[in-house]
Amino acid sequence: MAEFRLPKNSKILKGKHHQAKDASNSMTFKVYRWSPDDDNNPRTDTYEVDMDTCGPMVLDALIKIKDEMDSTLTFRRSCREGICGSCAMNINGTNTLACTASIKKMKGKEIAIYPLPHMDVVKDLVPDLSHFYAQYASIKPWMQTDSVPLPDKERLQSIEDREKLDGLYECILCACCQTSCPSYWWNGDRYLGPAVLLQAYRWLADSRDEYTGERLEDLEDPFKVYRCHTIMNCTNTCPKGLNPGKAIGEIKKMIAERHLL
Amino acid sequence: MSKVQRPLSPHLQVYKPQLTSAMSIMHRMTGLFLSLGLLIFVYWLFAVAKSLHVADEIIGFVDTPLGCTFLYLWVFAFCYHLCNGIRHLFWDVGKGFSIDSVYRSGYVVLIVASLLTVMLYLLSQ
Repeated sequence: MAEFRLPKNSKILKGKHHQAKDASNSMTFKVYRWSPDDDNNPRTDTYEVDMDTCGPMVLDALIKIKDEMDSTLTFRRSCREGICGSCAMNINGTNTLACTASIKKMKGKEIAIYPLPHMDVVKDLVPDLSHFYAQYASIKPWMQTDSVPLPDKERLQSIEDREKLDGLYECILCACCQTSCPSYWWNGDRYLGPAVLLQAYRWLADSRDEYTGERLEDLEDPFKVYRCHTIMNCTNTCPKGLNPGKAIGEIKKMIAERHLL
Repeated sequence: MSKVQRPLSPHLQVYKPQLTSAMSIMHRMTGLFLSLGLLIFVYWLFAVAKSLHVADEIIGFVDTPLGCTFLYLWVFAFCYHLCNGIRHLFWDVGKGFSIDSVYRSGYVVLIVASLLTVMLYLLSQ
């Protein structure tokens, strides 16, 4: 049964306020904080950041806060250009990458930042992604073949077949879509979720893979695929503009067609 | 690391309502509401067949403002569930998945369902 409220230890309390030093042009960032080092509940701290000396993206503001105001703030980041997927978080109510989220384009005087929704929190904005990665591994995200290729040739693919992977291979596994899906919130233990299913379809759609039947058989189960009710929050939030909802639709179609033939 | 009780990050509490998710949960709620109304409807049919007093009482309830509201909420639920069900059929054959079409079909469903409800109301007057 889905639990719509937060457990007792996860209720969010009001936290500290950090003032910017003589800034005329400032922006307030409300940030989720939780540390495993004490027994306190999570809280939201507010930071007033001087926008005249801050970079353009939300990640720039977070780095500035950590650098100049509060070194205890913890978050993941790496490439700062939307290709690694480390800084995925919930910004002003939807999931996206902090490094590609422009502060100027945000409406309102305050930017609220939370970790990816409905995940176990390791610290502050860092969610525990181990279950997500285990689910990803479960769909065998590699090419499976029985045939042996010629020793001096690669496995070739026509231009048309290669095009079928466009919109799939670009996924960076940031888990924005995965954690935007209400179905994944309530059934994440058994439902694979949009990101993992988009990856599953990436291998189903690959003309070089020879285990399509086995893959479909593995997916056909009341929970793994069919907890998707085409809510479409996934496609709505994907920071790379991909369409996990459509990929899942294609999987459902492949399973149905397999039974007709 | 010691065994710490990790908190669950907020979900419904912070996620901004989307047209996509709002219409999805509405589909489920209208479905539930339709089943509930259908129970009453079947009970009424049964009462009519057995020419029980309750049948008149149910009709009497529908004539009150509260009963009328309930009835037309049910009619709207029916129209919404029907239209959104057709939207789902398109998705089932792999059509209309782009965010643009999802929003367009979403608004069409809301408008058509409302118009159908108004039409049925006018026809019944």
